[in-house]
Amino acid sequence: MASNVLRGHAHTYGKNVDTDVIIPGKYCNIVDPAELGKHALEGIDADYTARMKPGDIIVADSNLGCGSSREVAPIAIKGSGTAAVIASSFARIFYRNALNIGLPIFESPEAVAGIAAGDEIEVEPATGIVRNLTKGTQYQAAAFPPFMQALIDTGGLLPYVERRLAERAAAN
Amino acid sequence: MGMTLTEKILARHAGLDRVEPGQIINANVDLVLANELSAAVAIGVMKQIKGADRVFDKSKIALVEDHFVPAKDPQSAKIAKLMKDFAVEQEIEHFFDVGRGGIEHVVLPEEGLVAPGELIVGGDSHTCTYGALGAFATGMGSTDIAAAFVLGEVWIKVPSSIKIVYDGPLGDMVFAKDVMLKTVGTLGIDGATYRAIEYHGSTVDALSITGRITMANMAIEAGAKNGIFHADAKAIAFVKERTDRPFVVESADPDAVYERIVRIDVGSLEPQVACPHTPDNVHGISDVTRDDIWLDQVFIGSCTNGYIEDLREVAKILDGKKIASRLRVIVNPGSQKVWMQAATEGILTTLAQAGCVVNTPGCGACFGGHMGTLGEGERCLSTTNRNYVGRMGSPTAEVYLASPATCAASALTGKITDPRVVALAHA
Repeated sequence: MASNVLRGHAHTYGKNVDTDVIIPGKYCNIVDPAELGKHALEGIDADYTARMKPGDIIVADSNLGCGSSREVAPIAIKGSGTAAVIASSFARIFYRNALNIGLPIFESPEAVAGIAAGDEIEVEPATGIVRNLTKGTQYQAAAFPPFMQALIDTGGLLPYVERRLAERAAAN
Repeated sequence: MGMTLTEKILARHAGLDRVEPGQIINANVDLVLANELSAAVAIGVMKQIKGADRVFDKSKIALVEDHFVPAKDPQSAKIAKLMKDFAVEQEIEHFFDVGRGGIEHVVLPEEGLVAPGELIVGGDSHTCTYGALGAFATGMGSTDIAAAFVLGEVWIKVPSSIKIVYDGPLGDMVFAKDVMLKTVGTLGIDGATYRAIEYHGSTVDALSITGRITMANMAIEAGAKNGIFHADAKAIAFVKERTDRPFVVESADPDAVYERIVRIDVGSLEPQVACPHTPDNVHGISDVTRDDIWLDQVFIGSCTNGYIEDLREVAKILDGKKIASRLRVIVNPGSQKVWMQAATEGILTTLAQAGCVVNTPGCGACFGGHMGTLGEGERCLSTTNRNYVGRMGSPTAEVYLASPATCAASALTGKITDPRVVALAHA
Protein backbone atom coordinates (compact mmCIF):
# COMPACT_ATOMS: atom_id res chain seq x y z
CA MET A 1 0.00 0.00 0.00
CA ALA A 2 1.25 3.46 -0.86
CA SER A 3 2.77 5.28 2.08
CA ASN A 4 0.64 8.37 1.60
CA VAL A 5 -2.67 6.65 2.31
CA LEU A 6 -4.72 8.71 4.77
CA ARG A 7 -6.59 6.96 7.55
CA GLY A 8 -8.75 8.39 10.31
CA HIS A 9 -12.18 8.58 11.84
CA ALA A 10 -15.00 10.51 10.22
CA HIS A 11 -16.61 13.65 11.62
CA THR A 12 -19.82 14.29 9.69
CA TYR A 13 -21.67 17.52 8.87
CA GLY A 14 -24.58 18.65 6.70
CA LYS A 15 -24.71 20.81 3.60
CA ASN A 16 -23.52 24.43 3.19
CA VAL A 17 -20.78 24.32 5.84
CA ASP A 18 -19.68 27.92 5.19
CA THR A 19 -16.30 29.49 5.82
CA ASP A 20 -17.72 31.62 8.65
CA VAL A 21 -18.38 28.50 10.72
CA ILE A 22 -15.11 26.87 9.61
CA ILE A 23 -13.15 29.80 11.01
CA PRO A 24 -15.24 32.63 12.52
CA GLY A 25 -14.39 36.18 11.42
CA LYS A 26 -12.91 37.16 14.77
CA TYR A 27 -9.96 34.79 14.15
CA CYS A 28 -9.23 36.00 10.63
CA ASN A 29 -6.45 38.32 11.78
CA ILE A 30 -4.41 35.22 12.74
CA VAL A 31 -1.91 33.89 10.19
CA ASP A 32 -0.23 31.05 12.11
CA PRO A 33 -1.71 27.70 10.88
CA ALA A 34 -1.36 25.96 14.27
CA GLU A 35 -3.09 28.83 16.06
CA LEU A 36 -5.86 28.92 13.43
CA GLY A 37 -6.16 25.14 13.78
CA LYS A 38 -7.22 25.52 17.43
CA HIS A 39 -10.44 27.16 16.20
CA ALA A 40 -11.25 24.95 13.21
CA LEU A 41 -15.01 24.41 12.81
CA GLU A 42 -15.64 26.34 16.01
CA GLY A 43 -18.75 27.98 14.59
CA ILE A 44 -20.50 24.69 13.88
CA ASP A 45 -18.88 22.23 16.28
CA ALA A 46 -17.20 23.92 19.24
CA ASP A 47 -15.73 20.61 20.49
CA TYR A 48 -14.24 19.53 17.17
CA THR A 49 -10.61 20.26 17.98
CA ALA A 50 -10.96 18.71 21.47
CA ARG A 51 -12.59 15.55 20.08
CA MET A 52 -10.67 14.96 16.88
CA LYS A 53 -7.39 13.10 16.60
CA PRO A 54 -4.70 14.05 14.10
CA GLY A 55 -5.43 12.22 10.86
CA ASP A 56 -9.19 12.36 11.24
CA ILE A 57 -11.34 13.21 8.24
CA ILE A 58 -14.13 15.74 7.81
CA VAL A 59 -17.11 14.45 5.81
CA ALA A 60 -19.81 16.90 4.72
CA ASP A 61 -22.70 17.23 2.31
CA SER A 62 -22.91 19.68 -0.62
CA ASN A 63 -21.42 23.17 -1.04
CA LEU A 64 -18.74 22.89 1.64
CA GLY A 65 -16.81 26.15 2.04
CA CYS A 66 -19.41 28.55 0.66
CA GLY A 67 -19.24 32.25 1.51
CA SER A 68 -16.07 34.19 2.28
CA SER A 69 -12.88 33.71 0.25
CA ARG A 70 -10.81 33.49 3.43
CA GLU A 71 -7.90 31.13 2.75
CA VAL A 72 -7.54 30.73 6.52
CA ALA A 73 -10.55 28.37 6.33
CA PRO A 74 -8.68 25.46 4.68
CA ILE A 75 -5.52 26.53 6.56
CA ALA A 76 -7.40 26.16 9.88
CA ILE A 77 -8.66 22.69 8.91
CA LYS A 78 -5.17 21.61 7.91
CA GLY A 79 -3.67 23.30 10.98
CA SER A 80 -5.99 21.30 13.26
CA GLY A 81 -4.37 18.08 12.07
CA THR A 82 -7.35 17.04 9.96
CA ALA A 83 -5.98 14.82 7.17
CA ALA A 84 -8.62 15.34 4.48
CA VAL A 85 -12.08 16.59 3.64
CA ILE A 86 -14.64 14.54 1.72
CA ALA A 87 -17.76 16.38 0.53
CA SER A 88 -20.65 15.89 -1.88
CA SER A 89 -19.50 19.14 -3.52
CA PHE A 90 -17.36 22.16 -2.73
CA ALA A 91 -17.88 25.90 -3.15
CA ARG A 92 -15.66 27.33 -5.87
CA ILE A 93 -13.20 29.52 -3.96
CA PHE A 94 -12.72 27.00 -1.14
CA TYR A 95 -11.94 24.27 -3.68
CA ARG A 96 -9.18 26.37 -5.25
CA ASN A 97 -7.82 27.48 -1.89
CA ALA A 98 -7.70 23.94 -0.49
CA LEU A 99 -5.68 22.72 -3.46
CA ASN A 100 -3.41 25.76 -3.28
CA ILE A 101 -2.52 25.19 0.36
CA GLY A 102 -2.29 21.40 0.08
CA LEU A 103 -5.36 20.30 2.02
CA PRO A 104 -6.46 16.99 0.45
CA ILE A 105 -10.09 17.24 -0.69
CA PHE A 106 -12.29 14.63 -2.34
CA GLU A 107 -15.66 14.99 -4.01
CA SER A 108 -18.00 12.02 -3.72
CA PRO A 109 -21.71 12.24 -2.84
CA GLU A 110 -21.80 8.41 -2.67
CA ALA A 111 -19.02 8.26 -0.09
CA VAL A 112 -20.67 11.00 1.97
CA ALA A 113 -23.96 9.07 1.93
CA GLY A 114 -22.16 5.90 2.99
CA ILE A 115 -20.15 7.30 5.90
CA ALA A 116 -21.44 7.77 9.45
CA ALA A 117 -19.80 9.72 12.26
CA GLY A 118 -17.00 7.70 13.83
CA ASP A 119 -16.50 5.34 10.86
CA GLU A 120 -12.87 4.53 10.12
CA ILE A 121 -12.03 5.90 6.68
CA GLU A 122 -9.09 5.35 4.39
CA VAL A 123 -8.33 7.55 1.38
CA GLU A 124 -5.76 7.06 -1.38
CA PRO A 125 -4.96 10.56 -2.65
CA ALA A 126 -3.26 9.23 -5.80
CA THR A 127 -6.34 7.35 -7.00
CA GLY A 128 -9.20 9.10 -5.18
CA ILE A 129 -10.34 5.78 -3.71
CA VAL A 130 -12.25 6.19 -0.43
CA ARG A 131 -12.74 3.12 1.76
CA ASN A 132 -15.09 2.88 4.71
CA LEU A 133 -13.20 0.31 6.78
CA THR A 134 -15.98 0.13 9.37
CA LYS A 135 -18.61 -0.84 6.81
CA GLY A 136 -16.35 -2.51 4.27
CA THR A 137 -17.47 -0.28 1.40
CA GLN A 138 -15.45 1.51 -1.27
CA TYR A 139 -16.06 4.64 -3.35
CA GLN A 140 -14.34 6.47 -6.18
CA ALA A 141 -14.03 10.25 -5.70
CA ALA A 142 -14.36 12.50 -8.75
CA ALA A 143 -11.14 13.02 -10.67
CA PHE A 144 -9.66 16.51 -10.58
CA PRO A 145 -9.93 18.43 -13.86
CA PRO A 146 -6.75 17.69 -15.93
CA PHE A 147 -5.36 21.21 -15.48
CA MET A 148 -5.70 21.00 -11.71
CA GLN A 149 -4.28 17.48 -11.63
CA ALA A 150 -1.24 18.78 -13.53
CA LEU A 151 -0.89 21.60 -10.99
CA ILE A 152 -1.08 19.11 -8.12
CA ASP A 153 1.39 16.73 -9.79
CA THR A 154 3.97 19.47 -10.23
CA GLY A 155 3.80 20.67 -6.64
CA GLY A 156 0.99 23.22 -6.67
CA LEU A 157 0.60 26.84 -7.69
CA LEU A 158 3.95 28.17 -6.47
CA PRO A 159 6.17 26.00 -8.70
CA TYR A 160 3.75 26.88 -11.52
CA VAL A 161 4.30 30.61 -10.89
CA GLU A 162 8.07 30.04 -10.77
CA ARG A 163 7.93 28.25 -14.14
CA ARG A 164 5.88 31.08 -15.67
CA LEU A 165 8.42 33.61 -14.41
CA ALA A 166 11.30 31.53 -15.83
CA GLU A 167 9.50 31.23 -19.22
CA ARG A 168 9.11 34.99 -19.35
CA ALA A 169 12.75 35.59 -18.41
CA ALA A 170 13.82 33.17 -21.17
CA ALA A 171 11.57 34.89 -23.72
CA ASN A 172 13.09 38.31 -23.01
CA MET B 1 -22.29 30.68 -31.90
CA GLY B 2 -21.98 33.91 -29.92
CA MET B 3 -20.43 34.65 -26.57
CA THR B 4 -21.84 35.96 -23.31
CA LEU B 5 -20.57 39.19 -21.76
CA THR B 6 -18.33 37.23 -19.39
CA GLU B 7 -16.93 35.08 -22.22
CA LYS B 8 -16.18 38.20 -24.30
CA ILE B 9 -14.16 39.80 -21.52
CA LEU B 10 -12.31 36.59 -20.66
CA ALA B 11 -11.45 35.91 -24.32
CA ARG B 12 -9.94 39.35 -24.81
CA HIS B 13 -7.88 39.09 -21.62
CA ALA B 14 -6.59 35.68 -22.69
CA GLY B 15 -5.68 36.94 -26.17
CA LEU B 16 -8.14 34.51 -27.77
CA ASP B 17 -10.82 35.03 -30.40
CA ARG B 18 -13.28 32.98 -28.44
CA VAL B 19 -13.63 30.91 -25.29
CA GLU B 20 -16.15 28.32 -24.18
CA PRO B 21 -17.52 27.33 -20.79
CA GLY B 22 -15.25 24.82 -19.08
CA GLN B 23 -12.13 25.99 -20.93
CA ILE B 24 -9.11 26.82 -18.75
CA ILE B 25 -7.46 30.08 -19.77
CA ASN B 26 -4.60 32.28 -18.61
CA ALA B 27 -5.99 35.79 -18.43
CA ASN B 28 -4.24 39.11 -17.90
CA VAL B 29 -5.61 41.13 -15.02
CA ASP B 30 -6.23 44.87 -14.97
CA LEU B 31 -6.30 45.14 -11.18
CA VAL B 32 -5.49 42.91 -8.20
CA LEU B 33 -7.11 43.77 -4.87
CA ALA B 34 -6.31 42.69 -1.34
CA ASN B 35 -7.34 43.78 2.15
CA GLU B 36 -5.22 43.34 5.26
CA LEU B 37 -6.59 39.84 5.92
CA SER B 38 -6.01 38.38 2.48
CA ALA B 39 -2.80 40.39 2.03
CA ALA B 40 -1.30 39.13 5.30
CA VAL B 41 -1.38 35.59 3.94
CA ALA B 42 -0.60 36.58 0.32
CA ILE B 43 2.52 38.54 1.24
CA GLY B 44 3.85 35.51 3.11
CA VAL B 45 3.15 33.31 0.09
CA MET B 46 4.83 35.77 -2.30
CA LYS B 47 8.01 35.62 -0.20
CA GLN B 48 8.18 31.86 -0.86
CA ILE B 49 8.11 32.29 -4.67
CA LYS B 50 11.64 32.17 -6.05
CA GLY B 51 12.41 35.08 -8.36
CA ALA B 52 9.39 37.08 -7.27
CA ASP B 53 10.77 40.15 -5.51
CA ARG B 54 8.49 42.71 -7.11
CA VAL B 55 4.80 42.93 -8.00
CA PHE B 56 4.03 42.83 -11.74
CA ASP B 57 2.80 46.43 -11.90
CA LYS B 58 2.65 48.79 -8.94
CA SER B 59 -0.16 50.79 -10.62
CA LYS B 60 -2.41 47.75 -10.98
CA ILE B 61 -2.65 46.67 -7.36
CA ALA B 62 -5.05 48.07 -4.79
CA LEU B 63 -4.51 47.46 -1.08
CA VAL B 64 -7.26 48.55 1.31
CA GLU B 65 -7.15 48.47 5.11
CA ASP B 66 -10.77 47.74 5.97
CA HIS B 67 -11.54 44.60 7.95
CA PHE B 68 -10.18 45.17 11.47
CA VAL B 69 -9.68 48.93 11.26
CA PRO B 70 -9.03 51.08 13.17
CA ALA B 71 -7.00 48.20 14.61
CA LYS B 72 -9.02 46.36 17.22
CA ASP B 73 -6.04 44.72 18.93
CA PRO B 74 -2.27 44.27 18.55
CA GLN B 75 -2.68 41.30 16.19
CA SER B 76 -4.91 43.39 13.89
CA ALA B 77 -2.43 46.27 14.08
CA LYS B 78 0.32 43.83 13.12
CA ILE B 79 -1.35 42.67 9.89
CA ALA B 80 -2.39 46.25 9.01
CA LYS B 81 1.26 47.28 9.38
CA LEU B 82 2.43 44.25 7.39
CA MET B 83 0.31 45.38 4.43
CA LYS B 84 1.29 49.02 4.80
CA ASP B 85 5.01 48.12 4.88
CA PHE B 86 4.51 45.97 1.77
CA ALA B 87 2.73 48.87 0.02
CA VAL B 88 5.63 51.20 0.83
CA GLU B 89 8.33 48.68 -0.14
CA GLN B 90 6.60 47.83 -3.45
CA GLU B 91 5.61 51.48 -4.11
CA ILE B 92 1.98 50.42 -4.55
CA GLU B 93 0.10 53.39 -6.03
CA HIS B 94 -3.35 52.53 -4.73
CA PHE B 95 -2.92 51.99 -1.00
CA PHE B 96 -5.80 53.13 1.17
CA ASP B 97 -5.09 53.53 4.86
CA VAL B 98 -7.65 54.35 7.56
CA GLY B 99 -9.20 57.76 6.89
CA ARG B 100 -8.32 57.73 3.20
CA GLY B 101 -10.42 54.85 1.95
CA GLY B 102 -13.08 52.72 3.57
CA ILE B 103 -14.59 49.40 2.50
CA GLU B 104 -12.63 48.11 -0.52
CA HIS B 105 -15.68 47.51 -2.72
CA VAL B 106 -17.06 50.97 -2.02
CA VAL B 107 -13.67 52.61 -2.56
CA LEU B 108 -12.55 51.04 -5.86
CA PRO B 109 -15.53 52.11 -8.02
CA GLU B 110 -15.56 55.49 -6.25
CA GLU B 111 -11.88 56.07 -7.09
CA GLY B 112 -12.22 55.15 -10.77
CA LEU B 113 -10.25 51.91 -10.35
CA VAL B 114 -12.98 49.86 -12.04
CA ALA B 115 -14.00 50.30 -15.69
CA PRO B 116 -16.18 48.36 -18.14
CA GLY B 117 -14.55 45.39 -19.85
CA GLU B 118 -11.78 45.09 -17.26
CA LEU B 119 -10.74 41.93 -15.45
CA ILE B 120 -10.28 42.28 -11.71
CA VAL B 121 -9.41 39.68 -9.09
CA GLY B 122 -9.50 40.31 -5.38
CA GLY B 123 -8.71 38.57 -2.14
CA ASP B 124 -12.27 38.98 -0.97
CA SER B 125 -15.36 37.08 -2.08
CA HIS B 126 -17.33 40.29 -2.68
CA THR B 127 -14.93 41.36 -5.43
CA CYS B 128 -17.82 40.36 -7.72
CA THR B 129 -19.26 43.82 -6.88
CA TYR B 130 -17.42 45.39 -9.84
CA GLY B 131 -19.63 43.56 -12.31
CA ALA B 132 -21.98 46.49 -11.68
CA LEU B 133 -19.82 48.53 -14.07
CA GLY B 134 -19.47 45.83 -16.71
CA ALA B 135 -16.17 44.38 -15.48
CA PHE B 136 -15.41 40.68 -14.95
CA ALA B 137 -14.51 40.53 -11.27
CA THR B 138 -14.12 37.55 -8.97
CA GLY B 139 -12.89 36.69 -5.50
CA MET B 140 -9.97 34.37 -4.85
CA GLY B 141 -7.91 33.18 -1.91
CA SER B 142 -4.55 34.55 -0.84
CA THR B 143 -2.31 32.08 -2.73
CA ASP B 144 -4.04 32.91 -6.02
CA ILE B 145 -3.76 36.61 -5.17
CA ALA B 146 -0.02 36.22 -4.48
CA ALA B 147 0.36 34.58 -7.90
CA ALA B 148 -1.58 37.46 -9.49
CA PHE B 149 0.59 40.03 -7.66
CA VAL B 150 3.65 38.47 -9.29
CA LEU B 151 2.41 37.36 -12.72
CA GLY B 152 -0.34 39.85 -13.51
CA GLU B 153 -2.35 36.90 -14.80
CA VAL B 154 -4.58 34.22 -13.35
CA TRP B 155 -5.85 30.88 -14.53
CA ILE B 156 -9.61 30.81 -14.82
CA LYS B 157 -12.09 28.15 -15.80
CA VAL B 158 -14.53 29.92 -18.11
CA PRO B 159 -17.92 29.79 -16.38
CA SER B 160 -21.19 29.10 -18.14
CA SER B 161 -23.65 31.97 -17.72
CA ILE B 162 -27.10 32.24 -16.22
CA LYS B 163 -29.11 35.07 -17.75
CA ILE B 164 -31.57 36.66 -15.35
CA VAL B 165 -34.20 38.94 -16.83
CA TYR B 166 -35.96 41.34 -14.46
CA ASP B 167 -39.04 43.14 -15.63
CA GLY B 168 -41.44 45.57 -14.05
CA PRO B 169 -41.09 48.76 -12.04
CA LEU B 170 -39.98 48.68 -8.41
CA GLY B 171 -42.91 49.06 -6.05
CA ASP B 172 -43.09 51.51 -3.16
CA MET B 173 -40.24 50.91 -0.68
CA VAL B 174 -38.82 48.13 -2.87
CA PHE B 175 -35.14 48.48 -3.77
CA ALA B 176 -32.29 46.73 -5.56
CA LYS B 177 -31.55 44.90 -2.29
CA ASP B 178 -35.02 43.36 -2.30
CA VAL B 179 -34.63 42.32 -5.93
CA MET B 180 -31.29 40.66 -5.16
CA LEU B 181 -32.54 38.91 -2.03
CA LYS B 182 -35.37 37.54 -4.18
CA THR B 183 -32.76 36.42 -6.73
CA VAL B 184 -30.64 34.57 -4.14
CA GLY B 185 -33.81 33.02 -2.72
CA THR B 186 -34.81 31.88 -6.21
CA LEU B 187 -31.42 30.46 -7.22
CA GLY B 188 -30.41 29.07 -3.81
CA ILE B 189 -26.99 29.52 -2.20
CA ASP B 190 -25.33 27.07 -4.54
CA GLY B 191 -27.66 27.73 -7.48
CA ALA B 192 -25.00 29.62 -9.45
CA THR B 193 -21.84 27.88 -8.21
CA TYR B 194 -19.11 28.01 -10.89
CA ARG B 195 -21.44 30.15 -13.05
CA ALA B 196 -21.60 33.75 -14.15
CA ILE B 197 -24.80 35.70 -13.55
CA GLU B 198 -25.67 38.16 -16.33
CA TYR B 199 -28.29 40.71 -15.26
CA HIS B 200 -30.81 41.90 -17.86
CA GLY B 201 -34.20 43.57 -18.17
CA SER B 202 -36.08 46.82 -17.81
CA THR B 203 -35.81 46.80 -14.01
CA VAL B 204 -32.01 46.78 -13.93
CA ASP B 205 -31.78 49.21 -16.87
CA ALA B 206 -33.64 51.70 -14.67
CA LEU B 207 -31.47 51.06 -11.59
CA SER B 208 -28.85 53.52 -10.39
CA ILE B 209 -25.20 52.45 -10.33
CA THR B 210 -25.50 52.00 -6.56
CA GLY B 211 -28.46 49.66 -7.06
CA ARG B 212 -26.46 47.60 -9.55
CA ILE B 213 -23.54 47.52 -7.11
CA THR B 214 -25.86 46.09 -4.44
CA MET B 215 -27.00 43.38 -6.84
CA ALA B 216 -23.59 42.44 -8.27
CA ASN B 217 -22.20 42.36 -4.72
CA MET B 218 -24.46 39.49 -3.72
CA ALA B 219 -23.85 37.28 -6.78
CA ILE B 220 -21.50 35.25 -4.55
CA GLU B 221 -24.42 34.59 -2.20
CA ALA B 222 -25.78 32.31 -4.93
CA GLY B 223 -22.28 30.83 -5.27
CA ALA B 224 -21.54 32.64 -8.56
CA LYS B 225 -18.04 33.26 -9.85
CA ASN B 226 -19.12 36.69 -11.03
CA GLY B 227 -22.22 38.78 -11.59
CA ILE B 228 -22.23 41.27 -14.43
CA PHE B 229 -24.29 44.09 -15.96
CA HIS B 230 -23.86 45.60 -19.40
CA ALA B 231 -22.22 49.02 -19.11
CA ASP B 232 -24.80 51.48 -20.41
CA ALA B 233 -24.53 55.26 -20.77
CA LYS B 234 -25.12 55.64 -17.03
CA ALA B 235 -22.24 53.30 -16.15
CA ILE B 236 -19.89 54.86 -18.70
CA ALA B 237 -20.67 58.35 -17.38
CA PHE B 238 -20.02 57.15 -13.80
CA VAL B 239 -16.60 55.80 -14.78
CA LYS B 240 -15.60 58.77 -16.98
CA GLU B 241 -16.27 61.14 -14.09
CA ARG B 242 -13.62 59.24 -12.14
CA THR B 243 -10.89 58.23 -14.59
CA ASP B 244 -9.54 59.11 -18.01
CA ARG B 245 -8.09 55.62 -18.44
CA PRO B 246 -9.21 54.08 -21.76
CA PHE B 247 -11.49 51.04 -21.57
CA VAL B 248 -13.34 48.70 -23.95
CA VAL B 249 -17.07 48.27 -23.44
CA GLU B 250 -18.06 44.68 -24.25
CA SER B 251 -21.51 43.27 -24.78
CA ALA B 252 -23.01 39.81 -25.11
CA ASP B 253 -23.62 38.59 -28.65
CA PRO B 254 -27.30 38.32 -29.66
CA ASP B 255 -26.79 34.57 -30.16
CA ALA B 256 -24.84 34.05 -26.93
CA VAL B 257 -25.48 30.70 -25.28
CA TYR B 258 -26.77 30.67 -21.71
CA GLU B 259 -26.97 27.64 -19.46
CA ARG B 260 -30.41 28.84 -18.49
CA ILE B 261 -32.59 31.93 -18.46
CA VAL B 262 -34.44 32.91 -15.30
CA ARG B 263 -37.23 35.49 -15.35
CA ILE B 264 -38.13 37.47 -12.25
CA ASP B 265 -41.23 39.64 -12.27
CA VAL B 266 -40.39 42.61 -10.08
CA GLY B 267 -43.71 44.42 -10.51
CA SER B 268 -45.41 42.40 -7.78
CA LEU B 269 -42.38 42.17 -5.48
CA GLU B 270 -42.72 43.39 -1.89
CA PRO B 271 -39.78 44.14 0.45
CA GLN B 272 -37.80 40.95 1.10
CA VAL B 273 -36.04 39.56 4.18
CA ALA B 274 -33.46 36.77 4.37
CA CYS B 275 -34.11 34.92 7.62
CA PRO B 276 -31.50 32.97 9.64
CA HIS B 277 -29.19 31.23 8.81
CA THR B 278 -28.59 31.34 5.05
CA PRO B 279 -28.95 34.23 2.57
CA ASP B 280 -31.32 32.16 0.42
CA ASN B 281 -33.87 31.75 3.23
CA VAL B 282 -35.78 34.66 1.73
CA HIS B 283 -39.39 35.62 2.49
CA GLY B 284 -41.68 38.52 1.67
CA ILE B 285 -42.05 41.10 4.45
CA SER B 286 -45.75 40.23 4.86
CA ASP B 287 -44.82 36.67 5.86
CA VAL B 288 -41.99 37.76 8.13
CA THR B 289 -44.03 40.37 10.02
CA ARG B 290 -46.86 37.93 10.74
CA ASP B 291 -45.04 37.34 14.06
CA ASP B 292 -43.33 40.05 16.11
CA ILE B 293 -39.61 39.62 15.57
CA TRP B 294 -38.03 41.85 18.21
CA LEU B 295 -34.52 43.13 17.61
CA ASP B 296 -31.46 43.92 19.73
CA GLN B 297 -29.50 45.60 16.94
CA VAL B 298 -30.03 47.16 13.54
CA PHE B 299 -26.95 47.50 11.35
CA ILE B 300 -26.81 49.76 8.31
CA GLY B 301 -23.72 49.73 6.12
CA SER B 302 -21.32 47.31 4.33
CA CYS B 303 -20.19 46.84 0.73
CA THR B 304 -23.79 45.91 -0.09
CA ASN B 305 -25.57 48.95 1.32
CA GLY B 306 -23.08 51.47 2.71
CA TYR B 307 -23.57 54.05 -0.04
CA ILE B 308 -24.84 57.63 0.13
CA GLU B 309 -28.15 56.66 -1.54
CA ASP B 310 -28.67 54.09 1.22
CA LEU B 311 -27.96 56.58 3.99
CA ARG B 312 -30.31 59.14 2.39
CA GLU B 313 -33.11 56.57 2.43
CA VAL B 314 -32.47 55.79 6.09
CA ALA B 315 -32.28 59.47 7.06
CA LYS B 316 -35.56 60.17 5.27
CA ILE B 317 -37.30 57.57 7.46
CA LEU B 318 -35.58 58.50 10.74
CA ASP B 319 -35.71 62.27 10.31
CA GLY B 320 -37.13 63.92 13.44
CA LYS B 321 -37.89 60.54 15.04
CA LYS B 322 -36.30 58.41 17.76
CA ILE B 323 -35.28 54.78 17.42
CA ALA B 324 -37.06 52.27 19.64
CA SER B 325 -35.94 52.01 23.26
CA ARG B 326 -33.81 48.95 24.11
CA LEU B 327 -32.55 48.87 20.51
CA ARG B 328 -29.12 49.91 19.26
CA VAL B 329 -28.67 51.10 15.71
CA ILE B 330 -25.19 51.12 14.19
CA VAL B 331 -24.61 53.00 10.94
CA ASN B 332 -21.44 52.47 9.00
CA PRO B 333 -20.88 54.72 5.97
CA GLY B 334 -19.02 52.65 3.38
CA SER B 335 -16.14 55.00 2.73
CA GLN B 336 -14.52 58.21 3.85
CA LYS B 337 -16.14 59.96 0.85
CA VAL B 338 -19.59 58.59 1.72
CA TRP B 339 -19.03 59.68 5.33
CA MET B 340 -18.08 63.21 4.25
CA GLN B 341 -21.01 63.48 1.85
CA ALA B 342 -23.38 62.31 4.58
CA ALA B 343 -21.88 64.92 6.91
CA THR B 344 -22.31 67.67 4.30
CA GLU B 345 -25.96 66.74 3.77
CA GLY B 346 -26.67 66.70 7.50
CA ILE B 347 -27.44 62.98 7.43
CA LEU B 348 -25.00 62.10 10.21
CA THR B 349 -26.69 64.62 12.50
CA THR B 350 -30.16 63.31 11.62
CA LEU B 351 -29.04 59.77 12.42
CA ALA B 352 -27.29 60.74 15.65
CA GLN B 353 -30.32 62.73 16.81
CA ALA B 354 -32.51 59.68 16.18
CA GLY B 355 -30.24 57.69 18.52
CA CYS B 356 -28.01 55.87 16.02
CA VAL B 357 -24.26 55.61 16.48
CA VAL B 358 -22.22 56.36 13.35
CA ASN B 359 -19.08 54.25 13.07
CA THR B 360 -15.99 54.76 10.95
CA PRO B 361 -16.04 53.10 7.49
CA GLY B 362 -15.02 49.44 7.56
CA CYS B 363 -16.12 45.81 7.41
CA GLY B 364 -15.92 45.05 11.15
CA ALA B 365 -19.52 44.44 12.22
CA CYS B 366 -20.61 42.59 9.07
CA PHE B 367 -18.25 39.64 9.54
CA GLY B 368 -18.23 39.55 13.35
CA GLY B 369 -14.84 41.27 13.55
CA HIS B 370 -15.51 44.23 15.83
CA MET B 371 -17.60 47.42 16.29
CA GLY B 372 -21.02 45.78 16.44
CA THR B 373 -20.47 42.11 17.35
CA LEU B 374 -23.58 40.24 18.52
CA GLY B 375 -23.81 38.48 21.89
CA GLU B 376 -25.43 35.17 22.79
CA GLY B 377 -29.04 34.94 21.68
CA GLU B 378 -29.09 38.46 20.22
CA ARG B 379 -31.03 39.27 17.08
CA CYS B 380 -29.97 41.74 14.39
CA LEU B 381 -31.59 43.13 11.25
CA SER B 382 -28.85 44.12 8.86
CA THR B 383 -28.29 45.60 5.41
CA THR B 384 -25.29 43.28 4.93
CA ASN B 385 -24.99 40.24 2.67
CA ARG B 386 -24.56 37.14 4.89
CA ASN B 387 -26.43 35.67 7.83
CA TYR B 388 -24.62 32.39 8.42
CA VAL B 389 -24.41 30.97 11.95
CA GLY B 390 -22.03 33.20 13.91
CA ARG B 391 -21.50 35.58 11.01
CA MET B 392 -21.86 38.71 13.15
CA GLY B 393 -20.64 37.24 16.44
CA SER B 394 -22.08 34.58 18.74
CA PRO B 395 -23.16 31.32 17.07
CA THR B 396 -26.45 31.63 18.98
CA ALA B 397 -27.20 35.09 17.55
CA GLU B 398 -29.64 35.52 14.65
CA VAL B 399 -29.10 37.75 11.63
CA TYR B 400 -31.87 38.86 9.25
CA LEU B 401 -30.96 40.66 6.00
CA ALA B 402 -33.00 43.44 4.40
CA SER B 403 -32.86 46.79 2.61
CA PRO B 404 -31.80 50.03 4.33
CA ALA B 405 -35.44 51.21 4.25
CA THR B 406 -36.70 48.05 5.98
CA CYS B 407 -33.89 48.41 8.53
CA ALA B 408 -34.76 52.06 9.17
CA ALA B 409 -38.49 51.34 9.56
CA SER B 410 -37.65 48.53 11.97
CA ALA B 411 -35.32 50.82 13.92
CA LEU B 412 -38.35 52.97 14.79
CA THR B 413 -40.47 50.09 16.07
CA GLY B 414 -37.81 47.75 17.49
CA LYS B 415 -39.16 44.80 15.49
CA ILE B 416 -38.97 43.78 11.84
CA THR B 417 -41.36 46.18 10.15
CA ASP B 418 -42.71 46.73 6.65
CA PRO B 419 -41.28 50.08 5.48
CA ARG B 420 -44.46 50.72 3.47
CA VAL B 421 -46.41 50.97 6.72
CA VAL B 422 -44.00 53.56 8.10
CA ALA B 423 -44.12 55.45 4.80
CA LEU B 424 -47.93 55.55 5.01
CA ALA B 425 -47.77 56.87 8.56
CA HIS B 426 -45.55 59.70 7.29
CA ALA B 427 -47.94 60.66 4.52
